[in-house]
Amino acid sequence: MAAGVATWLPFARAAAVGWLPLAKKTMPKPPIDNSSRSDEILYVNVSGVRFQTWKNTLDRYPDTLLGSSEKEFFYNEDTQEYFFDRDPEMFRHILNFYRTGKLHYPRHECIQAFDEELAFYGIVPEIIGDCCMEEYRDRKKENQERLAEDTEANEAMDAPLPPHSTPRERLWRAFENPHTSTMALVFYYVTGFFIAVSVIANVVETVPCRPPKGSVKDLPCGEKYQLAFFCMDTACVLIFTFEYLMRLFAAPSRCKFMRSVMSVIDVVAIMPYYIGLVMPENEDVSGAFVTLRVFRVFRIFKFSRHSQGLRILGYTLKSCASELGFLLFSLTMAIIIFATVMFYAEKGTKGSTFTSIPASFWYTIVTMTTLGYGDMVPNTIAGKIFGSICSLSGVLVIALPVPVIVSNFSRIYHQNQRADKMRAQQKVRLARIRMAKKGTTNAFLQYKEDRALGDRDSGSGALCVKNKSTFEHQHHHLLHCLEKTTNHEFTDELNYSELCITESVGFRTSRSTSLSSQQGAPNHSTGCCPRRVRRRAAMRLANSTVSVSRGSVQELDTLHTKSTHLPPQTRSSLNAQVDLKLNCGEQDFSAAIISIPTPPANTPDDSLPPSPAVIPTGILRTTRATAYTSDTIKISSL
Amino acid sequence: MAGCTSRCQQGVLKLIQSVQRLLSGTLSKDKTDEELEMTTVCHRPEGLDQLEAQTNFSKQELQILYRGFKNECPSGVVNEETFKHIYAQFFPHGGKYWPASALFMCWEQASQVFLVFWAADASMYAHYLFNAFDTSNNGSIKFKDFVVGLSILLRGTLREKLEWTFHLYDINRDGYINREEMTEIVKAIYDMMGKYTYPALKGDVPQQHVDIFFQKMDKNKDGVVTLEEFVLACQEDETMMRSMQLFENVM
Repeated sequence: MAAGVATWLPFARAAAVGWLPLAKKTMPKPPIDNSSRSDEILYVNVSGVRFQTWKNTLDRYPDTLLGSSEKEFFYNEDTQEYFFDRDPEMFRHILNFYRTGKLHYPRHECIQAFDEELAFYGIVPEIIGDCCMEEYRDRKKENQERLAEDTEANEAMDAPLPPHSTPRERLWRAFENPHTSTMALVFYYVTGFFIAVSVIANVVETVPCRPPKGSVKDLPCGEKYQLAFFCMDTACVLIFTFEYLMRLFAAPSRCKFMRSVMSVIDVVAIMPYYIGLVMPENEDVSGAFVTLRVFRVFRIFKFSRHSQGLRILGYTLKSCASELGFLLFSLTMAIIIFATVMFYAEKGTKGSTFTSIPASFWYTIVTMTTLGYGDMVPNTIAGKIFGSICSLSGVLVIALPVPVIVSNFSRIYHQNQRADKMRAQQKVRLARIRMAKKGTTNAFLQYKEDRALGDRDSGSGALCVKNKSTFEHQHHHLLHCLEKTTNHEFTDELNYSELCITESVGFRTSRSTSLSSQQGAPNHSTGCCPRRVRRRAAMRLANSTVSVSRGSVQELDTLHTKSTHLPPQTRSSLNAQVDLKLNCGEQDFSAAIISIPTPPANTPDDSLPPSPAVIPTGILRTTRATAYTSDTIKISSL
Repeated sequence: MAGCTSRCQQGVLKLIQSVQRLLSGTLSKDKTDEELEMTTVCHRPEGLDQLEAQTNFSKQELQILYRGFKNECPSGVVNEETFKHIYAQFFPHGGKYWPASALFMCWEQASQVFLVFWAADASMYAHYLFNAFDTSNNGSIKFKDFVVGLSILLRGTLREKLEWTFHLYDINRDGYINREEMTEIVKAIYDMMGKYTYPALKGDVPQQHVDIFFQKMDKNKDGVVTLEEFVLACQEDETMMRSMQLFENVM
């Protein structure tokens, strides 16, 4: 019930005294009013801005947060107020709703922020007052459309190909997004070229060429070089037919494809040729045949696949269809009216060109569009008067729907611009996101090292707090628990691929005896491969002076280098030719800096027996891959 | 054939409508009026006093919990998708999403408690977790379910915690944990590790894990673990008891 009604309730109840003389039975007992008579002022602190209001004000709407007992969850005993960690500017509007009963939408606010606030306070947006409702709805619709378009564009355009796609799917994708593969791009340009050739040929073949010897009349080039033009036409049509059939084959839904505009245009472009082939050289039908050749000009519409501007134009016209239709209709009305008037005005004149009303249509159209060819001119005074009225009104009628079309075109054009910009920025955004993701993993691995360090040095669980929040500490503890549960440890992409290499390489070498790596036990190197141990020790010695800085690059072996701005220094390879077919799945050996920290990593689970040498079981594991620079060399130590 | 005629009829109808609109000059109506959805159901929790009575939390703790809950789900209920989304953000490789900075503490603390019990993708585990919280089985977790579950896990007696874990593992709620259920749970946990682990996860590791579990828990070797066997076996396991105490003051 609205606020106003609640205020008048006591009045209505008091007025019930008027029923008493007429009542057939005694009145029921009134409900006991337990609440205190006096109203109290509540203090609401929203991010530091203190609001005060009567309790009754808030109680008017008991199905919202502030009106129900839900606000007790936000009550602060110490300061005796309700504290909300939300936007104070928006809260003003919310509170006004309680006070006045009308919810207003602030025009300068973001629609989504406003919606979120409403959702938080439990207010349904439908009760926005009429004064602001239209604006709210428009903004919301616009926002939704924009978001829907953006997600569509993102998904549609650069969605990576699913790994197991049939050739048919790949073909379809090549047709729809030509920039994905070189072959598709080549095909795209070739078809574009042939469309242009075909259209130019159509145009040129009607130009009069010099007549051949023995004839006076000028001949159009099409008939002079008939064979050449015929060959060109055939070639173009063959290409178009091939393209159309390929598209038909690759389309996910052939019925839908055949009904789409572009495919209709394709069919219309190539049909005249085939019809011309099968048609006999008959004088009667050749007239119809000539007409059919007109349809060849529709090939120019095939360009709309290649040109985005054309598509935008077409889409604009489609979306303004109703305005255009109205324009057409009103024009038709005006034409009929004026044509009739002119006809009857010029009826008496001798030698008048206004022979019938349909004949006057031509005059009316030419006049209304301010063309004025002058082939039909009124002679009578009445005719001239009505003629001038006609031309004046023509300008008005045509000028009216044009701004609507223009604004539609502008909107669609800008949407397209935005979509293109977003797509371009998407790559950068994705890269940054990936970096952030790696950062978290690295943070966790760093945490594990720190913890190990702390364990070794101090023996107690004192962690050196390195600018990490409580949240991060606890999050890392959570991940650590998961590791302990499954008895496997987290690594990042880099080390995982390294480990896969070492595992597979070690598998192949006959030298390594008890390769516990095969069983997946944590210690790769305890005692099995003396060479490895020595290598590692050498590495550690060499790196003892290297600080754990992110800029240091140590490189032992290069299996695969993507970018080589650092020349390989030492070469020590067990197997130069390593078969990189790992069972780790497809790994992109992206490069990263590996800095090998000086202290050995934390020892593995307590269940392992203490190894004689403090061999860092995870020296590969603990290499922190810093993804902040992306062009370094991938290393694998053997 | 019937579909064709109906479609034809619809097409003709639409044509007539568009012609009519053309003639009368009405501009295109707002077709998306109906699509503006009403806000989803808003659920209010019971009063603070009642919740305080039903759980082992103090008023302040309930307030803190509610604030976080409300931030993530203003509508007052969590459905399974939101739950999976939230949970997946804690595991770097295990989910499609990267951790957001605005996560409230309680979820993550509560999650720690689940993991201490022994025992691609965090979504399977999140699904089982969701079912364990959703005691009323209506597909959504209200604040009350959330807080009651947390209360058992963080402030409950040992027996209550073990019972809760048993219900988590017992997927079909028949009172027994059989091998298939345990395999599902273990696989879900291993899925949370993601692909990049050291040592690399082999295919049979979850199965071995399950075998070890059954060896320990299934006293009478009948292939299923009952609640009593479970509680007994856990109480005998000292490692677990010690780990349990670590989580006493998670909140």
